[in-house]
Amino acid sequence: MEPSGVNYFLEFTYLIASILFILGLKGLSHPETARRGMFMAEAGMLAAIIGTLFHHGIITYEWIAAGLIIGTIIGGLMAIWVPMTAMPQRTALSHAFGAFAAALVGIAEFMLHGGLAMPVFTRSALGFEVMLGSLTTTGSLIAASKLQGLIRGTPIQFRGQQYVNALLFSSTVGCLLYSVVNPASAGVFYAMTGFGFLSGVMIVIPIGSADMPVVMSLLNSYAGLAAAATGFVLGNNVLVIAGTLDGFSGFILSILMCKAMNRSITNVLFGSFGAVHDVAGAVMGEMREISLEDAAVRLAYANKVVVVPGYGLATAQAQHAVRDLANALEERGVTVKYGIHPVAGRMPGHMNVLLAEANVPYGDLYEMERINPEFPTTDVAVVVGANDVVNPDARDNANSPIAGMPILEVDKAKSVIVLKRGQGRGFSGLENPLFFKPGTSMLYGDAKASLSQLAQEVKNV
Amino acid sequence: MQAIQSINPAVLIASMYVFMLAAFLGYQLISRVPPLLHTPLMSATNAISGISLIGSLVIAGMNKVDFHALAAGGAAAKPSIATLLGFIAVVTATTNVVGGFGITDRMLKMFQQRKAAKGGKK
Repeated sequence: MEPSGVNYFLEFTYLIASILFILGLKGLSHPETARRGMFMAEAGMLAAIIGTLFHHGIITYEWIAAGLIIGTIIGGLMAIWVPMTAMPQRTALSHAFGAFAAALVGIAEFMLHGGLAMPVFTRSALGFEVMLGSLTTTGSLIAASKLQGLIRGTPIQFRGQQYVNALLFSSTVGCLLYSVVNPASAGVFYAMTGFGFLSGVMIVIPIGSADMPVVMSLLNSYAGLAAAATGFVLGNNVLVIAGTLDGFSGFILSILMCKAMNRSITNVLFGSFGAVHDVAGAVMGEMREISLEDAAVRLAYANKVVVVPGYGLATAQAQHAVRDLANALEERGVTVKYGIHPVAGRMPGHMNVLLAEANVPYGDLYEMERINPEFPTTDVAVVVGANDVVNPDARDNANSPIAGMPILEVDKAKSVIVLKRGQGRGFSGLENPLFFKPGTSMLYGDAKASLSQLAQEVKNV
Repeated sequence: MQAIQSINPAVLIASMYVFMLAAFLGYQLISRVPPLLHTPLMSATNAISGISLIGSLVIAGMNKVDFHALAAGGAAAKPSIATLLGFIAVVTATTNVVGGFGITDRMLKMFQQRKAAKGGKK
């Protein structure tokens, strides 16, 4: 180490890490360069970790080594074993882990250096770090439990909930402010931490599973900002950079998700959509059922088929079956494309990953804006386990709760086949007029079984 | 990452600049990521923000754990508690880094061009 007190080797590895992180994210702009970018980011992370091991403040390595080994084992097992359908849960869990690490570092810093000696700016950053960290930890854990089905996915509500939450949140912020102004009172700091953990639970339990893409992105953003705040506390720029990139990524994704549902963030967080809907059971006509054989014939003689997958595809584990059907159709010369709504699935981009896993070439996956102009020339649109994202009411009926939400306009296709479990309504409890249109046929049953049988039938046509 | 007391205002102001520039850069970079890759993006940024690991490492290594002081409680126990908190943070942050990068790579491997897909896996 230089006499000036600056460890140039350490700072150099951090600089390298920052550059490699940025290049890594730049690589994600295209599937062809994405993996190479991630290798760069991994190299940057390794450099920063090795550099940190030479930090002059480190006097003992036993706990570090134990932590690194245990973390590597858990992380490695998760990376290998987690199925793609469980990606939202895993991501929520990792938000919780990241935020928990930030919160713990903040609490430890407070124990070691807290008090009047700490500059007021650092105290504020520390407070933010611990508040965001604790809130994101429990919030993400609740989100993960909802996605995993450990607790029910529907909104959990009670009377006066909004008041309880408002009180809780103002207590948290109040404690934060008080501990910044009056740092001698450790009790208030720990109270804030406790309130933070509690707030995370209370904020996420009233939100339904269908809104999880927004919640996930938002928690992503908080976890990143907590890391950035850690950077301010430690005076470490690579943490500020990486945390800010993460925070902004989450922020941008939550805006995109909100746009895709035509709702504001406040509405998602406090509106409790999908909770109680007084849907007048307006009968809109007959739903026409179609037999497997007829459906297969219609598909086999089509020129262009667009598949619209929804979360139901993931729950039925039907992504491979859909690929088999597409293969059978393509062998007959039918063009098959996939129309992906931004909020199909439980996290941003989830459906793309599931279909890529089933070996669907990414060139066949079309975003909403790109596929919508193609529906009028589409012979058959196949809707698998999707409902609200193809509900024409969002476009036509200004009184619908989902009015204004951008949809995949499958109703403009020449004909539509809807694969559905039963005659029930979708997650939001809304009637879907698409199902009653003359060009729409319903194929009931388990999506996976239906799709495999369809593939078989198409081969026999 | 020196001791807290040594952070002077100039460093904080420089950090604010870094924060603002990173925010603009982040906006530019993330906007270019296609929706196709939004799930890998989220797990990648999550792995990258696991960089808070370096903060945990220093805390977990800064003091030895004195189990007698820990049992006695009070102010003497604080450095040991901080080390243990740091240890837990090292575990969770490492889990994020290894798991995050591992799973991102697993996902990105699956995104294939048409001709590659026709010939089976790779």
